[in-house]
Amino acid sequence: MIETNSIALVFFAFLLVIGVAVTVQRNLFAASMLTGIFSLVSAALFTLMDAVDVAFTEAAVGAGFSTVLFLATLALTKDTEKPGVKRPFAATFVVLLTGGALIYGTLDMPAWGTSEAPIHAHTASYFVTHSITDIGLPNIVTSVLASYRGYDTFGELLVVFTAGTGVTLLMQRKGLFRPGALAIPPKSRAPYVREMPVVRAVAKTMLPFILLFALYVQAHGDFGPGGGFQAGVIFATGFVLYGLIWGPAKLQPIIGGRPVQGLMASGVLLYGGVGVFCLLMGYPFLDYSALTPDHPVHGQHYGIFLVELGVGITVSAVMLIIYFVFSVRPRVGRGAGELGP
Amino acid sequence: MTQAAHLWHYWLIIVLGMLGLWVVIAKRHYVKKLLGLSIFQVSVIMFYVSMGKVEGGTAPVYLPGEDGGVDLTAAYSNPLPHVLMLTAIVVGVATTALGLALVVRIREAYGTSEEDEIAAADRAEEDELHRQELAEEAL
Repeated sequence: MIETNSIALVFFAFLLVIGVAVTVQRNLFAASMLTGIFSLVSAALFTLMDAVDVAFTEAAVGAGFSTVLFLATLALTKDTEKPGVKRPFAATFVVLLTGGALIYGTLDMPAWGTSEAPIHAHTASYFVTHSITDIGLPNIVTSVLASYRGYDTFGELLVVFTAGTGVTLLMQRKGLFRPGALAIPPKSRAPYVREMPVVRAVAKTMLPFILLFALYVQAHGDFGPGGGFQAGVIFATGFVLYGLIWGPAKLQPIIGGRPVQGLMASGVLLYGGVGVFCLLMGYPFLDYSALTPDHPVHGQHYGIFLVELGVGITVSAVMLIIYFVFSVRPRVGRGAGELGP
Repeated sequence: MTQAAHLWHYWLIIVLGMLGLWVVIAKRHYVKKLLGLSIFQVSVIMFYVSMGKVEGGTAPVYLPGEDGGVDLTAAYSNPLPHVLMLTAIVVGVATTALGLALVVRIREAYGTSEEDEIAAADRAEEDELHRQELAEEAL
């Protein structure tokens, strides 16, 4: 265990250095890229802590999608920060007090990595010992995510859907989703990238494989790390790559229409519909045994497949719409055009 | 000192989280605050995940057993925090997007993303309104 601990220590050192660099860096473009690296290193640390599914999600979301989102925002705002901080002593005092209280709180915690910790008792040990007979999937995380705690996941999916709706409402403009509304691409955005032959060739070669990989992650989530959340983000990332290189105006005919907005809702409806179907069959909400009453374990497989599909559809549609509304928004107000080509 | 040997993972995670919190409190630029918030978020997620780690355990995906079934005797890390946190990451990016959309709208309304400049603009507007009221009363 000494080796894993020293590897963890190296990763923690990386994270601290990157975190401090993000703090002092006044160029927000650089700070955003550093945050992407922060996510990637933390994904490595998650793998070390056996959380392969979390690592997968963090790598897809943190290092991939959210970095693009921050850069899209910086294109619409100013990308340098003014020097100086607000009430540095008060902030430092609050942070030291909070951190000190938290560290004092950990003194009562069981030692790190001990299998006797209370967190491993109760339901968690039941999931590990019984999920293979109850549900029959090798990946315990998928069993817990989609079946045992299907309510939670449904709620989380609703939050993602609500956030997507909120972003659309905030950034909505007239005719945003009408085909041809963006006939003239906004100036100063992706001006040269699409003319670079290397970038074009690499992107065109990679695109089908990214989408294929997303489908694999979606389908293989029952057996290994992966599932609807990761697949949805990876699927959207493929389109984001297309939009980054060929410009949002080219992306609009593909994803800009009403269908994607419909997909956003239909994933949630598919998830909820499975639950309602179970209710109508006389079973509890989201008890997938209702799907094949003769063979409950098969019903679990069908149910998990369907709700994971719902998760994948909604997550990818929400991510696509979020990227789309950010990328097509024209830069207005004071300081427009400050960002060089 | 024995406690330090057992708990240092948690302490380092707390230090990382406090770094993010400091950025959220002390920095003025809204995009920078959201960057700090995502660092804070990663640390909280890491805290939960690290509690689920079992020393000498493996990822919570069943290993093949001897008789064609699965190996139930192996030590698996706790899958429950993983489930809760992986959904939290996706929810986190969706809510970050909502925050960034607000930053864009604030920038369009005020022409800046710096907190103190926005507060100054608000104060100037209030003063202006107050002056107009006084002028109307005087008439």
